[in-house]
Amino acid sequence: MPNLPVTDLLAKYDPLIAEHAGLLSTGIRDPFGIVMDKVLSPTEAIIKGQHTILLGTYNYMGMTFDPDVIASGQAAIRDFGAGTTGSRVLNGTYQTHKECEDALKDFYGMSHAMVFSTGYQANLGMVSTLAGKGDFIILDADSHASIYDGCKMSNADIVRFRHNDAADLEKRLKRLPAEAGKLVVLEGVYSMLGDVAPLPELVAIAKAHGCMVLVDEAHGMGFFGEHGRGVYEEQGVADDVDFVVGTFSKSVGTVGGFCVSNHPKFEILRLVCRPYTFTASLPPAVVASAATSIRKLMTAHAKRDRLWEATRRLHGGLKSRGFKLATDTPESAIVSVLMPDQETTALMWSTLINLGVYVNMSRPPATPAGVFLLRCSICALHSNEQIDIVLGKFEQAAQMVNLALHEPA
Amino acid sequence: MTDRAGVFARILELIEPLNPKKVPLTENTSFAGDMEMDSLTVMDLVASMEDEWDIMIPLNMLPDLETIGQVADAVAGLVAKKG
Ligand SMILES: Cc1ncc(COP(=O)(O)O)c(C=O)c1O
Repeated sequence: MPNLPVTDLLAKYDPLIAEHAGLLSTGIRDPFGIVMDKVLSPTEAIIKGQHTILLGTYNYMGMTFDPDVIASGQAAIRDFGAGTTGSRVLNGTYQTHKECEDALKDFYGMSHAMVFSTGYQANLGMVSTLAGKGDFIILDADSHASIYDGCKMSNADIVRFRHNDAADLEKRLKRLPAEAGKLVVLEGVYSMLGDVAPLPELVAIAKAHGCMVLVDEAHGMGFFGEHGRGVYEEQGVADDVDFVVGTFSKSVGTVGGFCVSNHPKFEILRLVCRPYTFTASLPPAVVASAATSIRKLMTAHAKRDRLWEATRRLHGGLKSRGFKLATDTPESAIVSVLMPDQETTALMWSTLINLGVYVNMSRPPATPAGVFLLRCSICALHSNEQIDIVLGKFEQAAQMVNLALHEPA
Repeated sequence: MTDRAGVFARILELIEPLNPKKVPLTENTSFAGDMEMDSLTVMDLVASMEDEWDIMIPLNMLPDLETIGQVADAVAGLVAKKG
């Protein structure tokens, strides 16, 4: 019998393929195809032979080249090998993983810590495992993809509330059955606009309605709060947060994800959380580097101050040059420049990279509908000179692409 | 109990301001296909229906609700369940 003709499963992506090709046919560089030939430091790289200032890396505390962090990783790869070849619950937990979880427990002052292979998996696993059939997950509309995907993977009913809107959250919680299990999922910093959540209002409402609360501090760890734990610490709601999720891929400077908690039954999650159980654990070098980095972040006061100083310099400088920013004041170490449309965003991004400045280009679905951004994330190691160069390049690029700037207020 | 016809009529009124292209609205009009609604607009519409009938329409129900008729059925069902 002859084979049936194959239906091409990739055909559904034809419109996207055409859109991307259309973008590149205007002669701009591919915003999603950057290759770093050499990385010189947390703030500089060589891209296509050109010296480039990195301003879109989430390397907030500049830990990627910290000598102690590198030495820990080198020792671990030498002593424990390149990888574990196994799940955390079988042969994949080494002394290094244990030490990493101990570092997290000390950093957060919590009794339990679980390390996942990425932050994406930490959210996927925690959200889908905590809430099951008959439970409710209540999430902010601007939540990260990993939280949405965790919702999809759970069998719970999903309720979304308007971004950072306490009144809307309350209205929705009032409609839910009093006795049902409820998980409210929040983020300290929202990574697209770089805005911070009003956690005291949101958490108080969640608690008043009998909900458990999970806060993702991916973009807050290291420089919010007295111990650098995140926005939830700075805003004084630590006692009412049940679970904190985070990542090693930003301030910590390597890769990995985690959840910390004081819940007495937390340890059982290791056996029921599929994105934890059914994947190999992180390589020893990664968790050893992370542990050293986390311990150094506990007391990195000078770096935190410097990060905020550099952030204010960039935010103020862009604002006074007439760029439209997503937040009126610098709320986090993400400064997002609002752009009018996809074409201008891509052109501006391409012009900046040609001028030796790398920022993130963001568009829907990563951003809310109709929002186009050039996102800058600042590093504690950015010098004032680098920030000033960046400001000059932004101004130059805006002129080159005819981006209308506004009279500063 | 709110009747299905009443729910359908009110849903049309709620959709009207979100229908700038004046796509004809029938039982079989689809939100994504015919009206090209983006996810933010869908969220607004869901919120206004929730407020109208004081019900909760979980996000995970939405993939099964492609047309206005299907939404009217679902809303009428939720209202009936509320009693
Ligand atoms: C808010 C938020 N949560 C989770 C993640 C996932 O982190 P990771 O890069 O470790 O997968 C990210 C980063 O992309 C994020 O921005």
